[in-house]
Amino acid sequence: MSEHGNWPEWVYIGVVVALLVWVGAEAWNIERLVEEVPEDAQVIKVTGQQWFWSFEHEDGTKEIGELHLVKGKAYKFEVTSKDVIHSFNIHDYVVLMDAVPGRINIVWFAPDEVGEFEIQCREYCGLIHYNMRAKLYVEEAI
Amino acid sequence: MVLELQKPRPIWQIMFSTHHTDIGLLYLITSLAFFFMGGVLALAMRLELFYPGAQIITDSMTYNRMFTVHGTTLIFLFILPFASAAGNYFVPIMVRYKDMAYPKLNAIAFWMIPPAAALVWLGFADFTWYAQPPYSIISAPGPAADMWIFGLKILGISSVLGAINFIVTIMKCKHPDLPLSKLPLLAWSFLTSSLIILVAIPTFAAALLMLLTDRLGVSGFFNPAMGGDPIAYSHMFWFTFHPEVYVLVIPAIGFMYDIIPRFSRKPIFSHSSGVFAFVLIAIVSFASWAHHMYATGMSFTEKTVFMVGTLAAVPASAMHIFNFLATMWGGRIKFKTPMLWSVGAIALFFAAGAGGVVNSAMPLDFVTHDSYWVVGHFHLFVMGTIAFATFGFAYYIFPYVTGRMYNEKLGQIHFIISFIGAIMVFFTQHVLGLFGMPRRIYDYPPIPEWIIMNQIATFGAILLAIGAAVWLVNFVYSMGKGKPANMEDPFELGGKYYYPYQQKTPHHD
Repeated sequence: MSEHGNWPEWVYIGVVVALLVWVGAEAWNIERLVEEVPEDAQVIKVTGQQWFWSFEHEDGTKEIGELHLVKGKAYKFEVTSKDVIHSFNIHDYVVLMDAVPGRINIVWFAPDEVGEFEIQCREYCGLIHYNMRAKLYVEEAI
Repeated sequence: MVLELQKPRPIWQIMFSTHHTDIGLLYLITSLAFFFMGGVLALAMRLELFYPGAQIITDSMTYNRMFTVHGTTLIFLFILPFASAAGNYFVPIMVRYKDMAYPKLNAIAFWMIPPAAALVWLGFADFTWYAQPPYSIISAPGPAADMWIFGLKILGISSVLGAINFIVTIMKCKHPDLPLSKLPLLAWSFLTSSLIILVAIPTFAAALLMLLTDRLGVSGFFNPAMGGDPIAYSHMFWFTFHPEVYVLVIPAIGFMYDIIPRFSRKPIFSHSSGVFAFVLIAIVSFASWAHHMYATGMSFTEKTVFMVGTLAAVPASAMHIFNFLATMWGGRIKFKTPMLWSVGAIALFFAAGAGGVVNSAMPLDFVTHDSYWVVGHFHLFVMGTIAFATFGFAYYIFPYVTGRMYNEKLGQIHFIISFIGAIMVFFTQHVLGLFGMPRRIYDYPPIPEWIIMNQIATFGAILLAIGAAVWLVNFVYSMGKGKPANMEDPFELGGKYYYPYQQKTPHHD
């Protein structure tokens, strides 16, 4: 490419490209596995609204501002919104999905630890976005 | 180069001039003024986050308005105008033409900025610089939101006019003896970033109009209540603004291509690889926009496509870093202020790029998305890389613009304080994101890790503010009272080095 030898640059670019290919392949593979929802997952309808979360279990029980789940079971969240875009987030379990009005987005997880976890909104949604929080209680299976 | 301060002219002569250096000066002053205005907002927000609960800002609406105007100001009223300033000064000189191709258009493009800035600042909208519908349609209070939309509309037109001017100046007014391949890399950076603007901006211009009519209630493009799709807006926004990220960073890399060889006292390692990387990034930048939207419910295939497009943009940036380091390698480097800023910018550019690879990997993005990690990540780009290169370039052209030297000691203090400050703010914000703190929040629960990291970041922001104050004092004092610069070789680099600034571009009336 230029007057002097350019081989160090080609070696360097080769290393960079190899690293990127590795990152991309790993990410592709992991995401593919992570996105596969188990068939026995229970459906929980999640609705974001300025500025609180409401949940509906498969048996029709409704909860507002808190969510009670059982350890070891798989749950499939069907996330939507009533007004503006929110983002449903349980950071401790890397659950993150935008709640978009007019759409139902799917995300799933299986809690493996008993305790209290924070649910928060991660997409700017106005005045009380900073405090649009809920609590996740994971309980021992009976 | 004009020496405004040595041969004072009445201010209206500069304001109504169409000469490229006068317009460059206007751009320069405007952009630096808005840097300080946007910076004050940043400092206020950092102080607010120093501790949970209300500190200095009494309500969340004011805070939301502040981060909206902070982002809009620093991107559109600081970084872009500074690039235009540098381009106006140097592009005509580098292509050996008497002026920009269309001097009046040039003046018009500049004079669209003050009214747009007035709309943004007087409106003080609250819907973030992203203006995501349906919030921006059904929830954001007017007239602030509408003023922001018109302000951005005007800024977009100004950008397009400026881009047309740069492209025509370089392609049509270039001296016939100067082949495109020998054009300095700084001029190449303006050519590529202007081409990106021309392709990218119209999409956002359309989205803004659709947003406006949606707000007026006569259409429902992005309003789900009227059958629209808010995600369509996200696509249109990021189709413009992901390439726009490269519009911001490419001129900054151009600045470093001008500074680094000169202060390393060695020719650039590979001119052609720099050109190649610029052109490559201009093309690839259009293949990655939806990596901002992994969490909007995109399918696995869509996410994969945009991840590949994003990763493909990395080698071009890596080539620039290689080029900088290979140029410095074995050079007799003189670490004057402009060089210090450039080296700092290389380091933080590398850190920002590495963080970007993490974001682009799909599973990891669900950890970092819309968290403080992202805030830290893009601030490493816009502050750590672009603004650092910009500051370096400001010091670099100071003697050519004012005819005087700034105080070298204070310049170096400015750099050291800011470098430490930037690391304290933006690296800490990355970690804060990993601990789950969402971005754009006015208040946070008293989680001990969050508190301590927010406090570190606030101390870093205070350092950045002190550095900026040192800079302001240095420049204002040196403009009037500084030592007269040796215009042949203001940085005492010695030898016969190419100084395009010695060329005269006389005023045309």
